[in-house]
Amino acid sequence: MISATEQKPLEEITQSLEKCKSVYLIGCGTCTTILHTGGKAEVLALKDKLEAAGKKIAGWMVIPTACDEITKYALESSEKEIQAADCLLVTSCAYGVQRVSQWADKPAIPAVNTLFIGKEDGDTYSEVCAQCGNCVLAWTGGICPITSCPKGLLEGPCGGTNKGKCEVDPTKDCAWTLIYKRLEQQGRLDLLEKEQPPRNYQAVVRPGRLITK
Amino acid sequence: MPTPFKEVLNSGKFVVTCEIAPPKGTNLEKVIHHIDLLKDKVDGLNATDNQGSSMRYPSLGLCLLIKERGGEPILQMTCRDRNRLALQSDLLFAYSRGINNVLCLTGDAITLGDHKQAKPVFDIDSLQLLRTIRTLESGKDLGGNDLDGAPKFCAGAIVTPEAQPIEPQMIKFRKKVRAGAEFFQTQAVYDIGNLRNFMQAARQYNTKIMAGIVLLTSAGMARFMNANVSGIFVPQALIDEMSKAEKGKALQKGIEIAGRMIKTIKDEKLCDGVHIMAINKEETVPDILAAAGL
Repeated sequence: MISATEQKPLEEITQSLEKCKSVYLIGCGTCTTILHTGGKAEVLALKDKLEAAGKKIAGWMVIPTACDEITKYALESSEKEIQAADCLLVTSCAYGVQRVSQWADKPAIPAVNTLFIGKEDGDTYSEVCAQCGNCVLAWTGGICPITSCPKGLLEGPCGGTNKGKCEVDPTKDCAWTLIYKRLEQQGRLDLLEKEQPPRNYQAVVRPGRLITK
Repeated sequence: MPTPFKEVLNSGKFVVTCEIAPPKGTNLEKVIHHIDLLKDKVDGLNATDNQGSSMRYPSLGLCLLIKERGGEPILQMTCRDRNRLALQSDLLFAYSRGINNVLCLTGDAITLGDHKQAKPVFDIDSLQLLRTIRTLESGKDLGGNDLDGAPKFCAGAIVTPEAQPIEPQMIKFRKKVRAGAEFFQTQAVYDIGNLRNFMQAARQYNTKIMAGIVLLTSAGMARFMNANVSGIFVPQALIDEMSKAEKGKALQKGIEIAGRMIKTIKDEKLCDGVHIMAINKEETVPDILAAAGL
């Protein structure tokens, strides 16, 4: 699994930093490093750009996994430099930004947009689960229509399906065509004849929380 | 008073409906003209619901207007813009004001329309909307609560006879029939052979099927639909026929083709009727009907 991210435009970042003279940069050694959106190289590139824009860089670090509890200790270990900064610019996904917010009293500003939590296939990252709390994969041939169909349809394809492609993005396969083909292969097409009740959108009461003993 | 649509459907007569698009704004002059022109020529007038995901005057409002002016409205309802609460309350309102026919649609994707950043709802889909109607009719809402006064509708749905692949479409079609779809207005069909094949499979089900006729206005429009509109296939022969039309006569040719198709469908008893979609050219519907000999 990977948290897919894209860098925010520099203009938006500098706008967010308008009132900060001194900035401390925090990168992440996991997902944004793999995607080249917020690892060491990107942190250093941002450092140069912000310095060129007149900002003082109080320091920088790359936390191995910014969404982890380790972030707390990483922030403590650089407390002095962080204290000298007006804000923290974080190039991890939003999980990491919120970890930083949790433990630092300086404002944490995201430098990337978090797109989705996805799976990796070589250079392709794709969203396959919407964490809906009511898994339907048993009767959909292991393909999630809630995630893979932009309308999240449970009863079969909409009228927008076009030669096996999706009306929203013709480069993407129609989830329901894929489901049909898979179930046909498995000799389980009878599963599609069953009417589904409307979805329970409260299967996970948002925000989701799970407490284990 | 127009004959209730349900009665027409069950009369065995060749049923003709057409769609009217609500205005983009509050000026109702043109749409009133369309209603007055067509209300006595067809068996039902569909009011489209933010068609193509573009924001317009509401279908419910247009249905009230059709009703006021003595037409028989068919309320198109998509699941794109309203959740199950809003859909149910709109259904109660529709029934209370004499709007008794509903076409249940899932709805085009938000990204095809003119508010591309809007939140897509799709709380339920077309099939579940059909089931919702039947649930309300039983005196309960989707939450299982009792209603003080239940509605009664003539509910329909759509099907795409030329969808590729067709099998998943047919599964959904069967589910819609089982969920109580009394009629189907199909996506545009231009290839009579394809329609014949579809009807061979669909005929056995206890429902009425009206073939969708979209007026061709130019060869360019036909090519555009082939390239961009899901489930529409205009055969090359028809495109050639359109492009051979004399300058300024393409619309006339489109009317002739639509009329010819309707006549074939009626003469061969292929379907129970037709649903005419003369997009932005509603005023041509009487000419199409005349060309069909209706």
